[in-house]
Amino acid sequence: MSNVKLSKIAFPNRNLGKRRAWILFPKFLFGKGFIGLATFFIIFTSYTFSKDIIVSPNTNISSIKQAIELSQNGDRIIIKKGYYKEHNIIIDKSIQLIGEDYPELDGEKIDDIIIIKSNNVYIKGIVVKNSGSSSMKDIAGVRFDNVKYCTIEDSRFYDNFFAVYLAGSSFCTVKYNIIKSNAQNETSSGNGIHLWKCENITIENNEISGHRDGIYFEFVTDSKIISNISRWNLRYGLHFMFSNGDTYEKNYFSNNGAGVAVMYTKDVSMIDNRFEDNWGPNAYGLLLKDISFSTIERNTFKKNTVGIYMEGGTSLNVNHNSFIENGWALKVLGDCTDDSIKYNNFIGNTFDVSTNSSISVNLFNGNYWDKYKGYDLNKDGIGDVSYRPVSMFSMIVEKTPETIFLLRSIIVDILDIAEKVAPVFIPETLVDNNPSIYEISNREQITNNPTGTASQQITGNK
Amino acid sequence: MAAKKILKYVIFDIMRSRLIITYTLLLLVLSFGIIYLGRDITKATVSLLNIVLLIVPLVSIIFGTIHFYNSQKFIEMLLALPIKRSNIFWAEYLGLAVSLSIGFVIGTGIPLLAYGASVTGVYLLLTGIFLSFIFSGFAFLSAVINKDKAKGIGLSLMIWFYLSILFDGLVLMISLFFNDYPLENVILVLTALNPIDLARVMILLKLDISALMGYTGATFEQFFGSMMGTIFSIGFLLMWITLPALGALRLFNKKNF
Repeated sequence: MSNVKLSKIAFPNRNLGKRRAWILFPKFLFGKGFIGLATFFIIFTSYTFSKDIIVSPNTNISSIKQAIELSQNGDRIIIKKGYYKEHNIIIDKSIQLIGEDYPELDGEKIDDIIIIKSNNVYIKGIVVKNSGSSSMKDIAGVRFDNVKYCTIEDSRFYDNFFAVYLAGSSFCTVKYNIIKSNAQNETSSGNGIHLWKCENITIENNEISGHRDGIYFEFVTDSKIISNISRWNLRYGLHFMFSNGDTYEKNYFSNNGAGVAVMYTKDVSMIDNRFEDNWGPNAYGLLLKDISFSTIERNTFKKNTVGIYMEGGTSLNVNHNSFIENGWALKVLGDCTDDSIKYNNFIGNTFDVSTNSSISVNLFNGNYWDKYKGYDLNKDGIGDVSYRPVSMFSMIVEKTPETIFLLRSIIVDILDIAEKVAPVFIPETLVDNNPSIYEISNREQITNNPTGTASQQITGNK
Repeated sequence: MAAKKILKYVIFDIMRSRLIITYTLLLLVLSFGIIYLGRDITKATVSLLNIVLLIVPLVSIIFGTIHFYNSQKFIEMLLALPIKRSNIFWAEYLGLAVSLSIGFVIGTGIPLLAYGASVTGVYLLLTGIFLSFIFSGFAFLSAVINKDKAKGIGLSLMIWFYLSILFDGLVLMISLFFNDYPLENVILVLTALNPIDLARVMILLKLDISALMGYTGATFEQFFGSMMGTIFSIGFLLMWITLPALGALRLFNKKNF
């Protein structure tokens, strides 16, 4: 599997198959005759004679546009420290744009600042600020326009409408960037990193704040979002739609207006992320809508109004997560089916699980519930009495939200106890039959986890 | 002058009584136990909240009623002296309320402070003191109304039962019946009609803020979380202190001992 992918990355347009390279080589040169030979030489010469073009404020080449005009494929443009008032810089050659000591590119609030229209473009170490803004057009700091193998790295983006914008691109990387803006309202602001119709993109180690959505994915497949920090955004820290086969892990999302939303998608892995401090009437740590066949593992949800809000979730694995001090740890609506919620910690939440249906077809097993009051006679760490995480009161609140004000009233405690003894209203099937007595240390559980360990896969390949 | 002397005497008298010492010790043991056993302070505060809302009103009202009947002879003796009736009443009332508050503050405040003071802890102590004063007033009211000790204690128990359990049940029923109507403001008004609810909501907004922020919780948060809301709730708590006490005073002034 992985070999095929690698060759695709290295030789995207050529299907090498299993033929040896030395058989192919003469065919490449002579099989297509003179044209093949000529292209070979052109590529050869351009690589040998690639040059550095230096842009500096008070020299002959004082603008980036000028430098790009002078450049050829494979050249490096080195931008010295300085202040460059430019916009609509179109990069239509495979070149490298390297900033020394973070030169500033000021778009003066007019239009796009950099537009990449060629494959294999590499940008590093620049400051891009003040792109234009518009309600008609998505104006961006750096726009990737239908390209492949491009990278932007170690750059700073301040007060742009959209900061990094990728459309129709593939195999691109956005990493180690700091992206800041101070969006005032949702209609007049853009997203930090915006992807539309892309594939095989890597978004890594970026820090995004103050945009509308921190990271936005629409029709993006087989991509990775790793170790980013997205916070203080107006709407979502991460907004995810129609994007199958993506992975996001080790990210940190906090203080976003509405948390993180993953919608209309299948086959997503969400691993080792932290969702914190998303407070408000419509704020969720993680909002799931019409998601299927996805994995939510080892995440931490802390101090959110709702930890996970699940609507139309099918065949999801919600395992080894920790839900700490949320208003509602999990809201599972009645249209969620075949989900498994196992080995999670529920600590200090006001409500552990709430639902709006009296039937549950999801599996709860082996979780640690700090509200569990059962016993463990045989000392195997599993409670002998099963636990019903949905309380009577949470059902009442679901029906009549105003009654939330009776929270922690004695009558409510009495009702809950009465209902636990003889369940009538709470969903009878929503029950954890093997509640853990001890808090689950998630790391330990993973090493014991029989499925999906790396070592097993390696031995399997042998 | 005389009132001050009586007040001093009453406080000393109550503080020496076995019941108030037991009350203080009970609170002390419970609070230390809860804070020590529950690993995190938030969870412990929730359990302490239940004590404040359940035990403080109960002990205050029962102890207050019994105290009034027990000092009936002493009051009759004072009435024979040239002292204004209202002075005698206020001395007795304040003596009771202050000593109950001292007992509560020692019993709950020391453990809370020992494990780190927090805003929630301060609110907890404050509402506990308010509730001690309010239910002392109710205690005197029911004692003044009934000449018979058993009836007086019965009435006190009824008041406690109504305010801490029945009232919330009624509110729950009302909100379930009128499910389809906007109830936020109705519930806001209903909250003000019960001092225990008022105290609970005040602490809740410090404790479960993330849950209350959801849905209608936002209305509560906006109201009680604001400066206006705090003034409103403290104003209503003060009203709940004065109303029963003034009622008891009126009856006390007319009472034929």
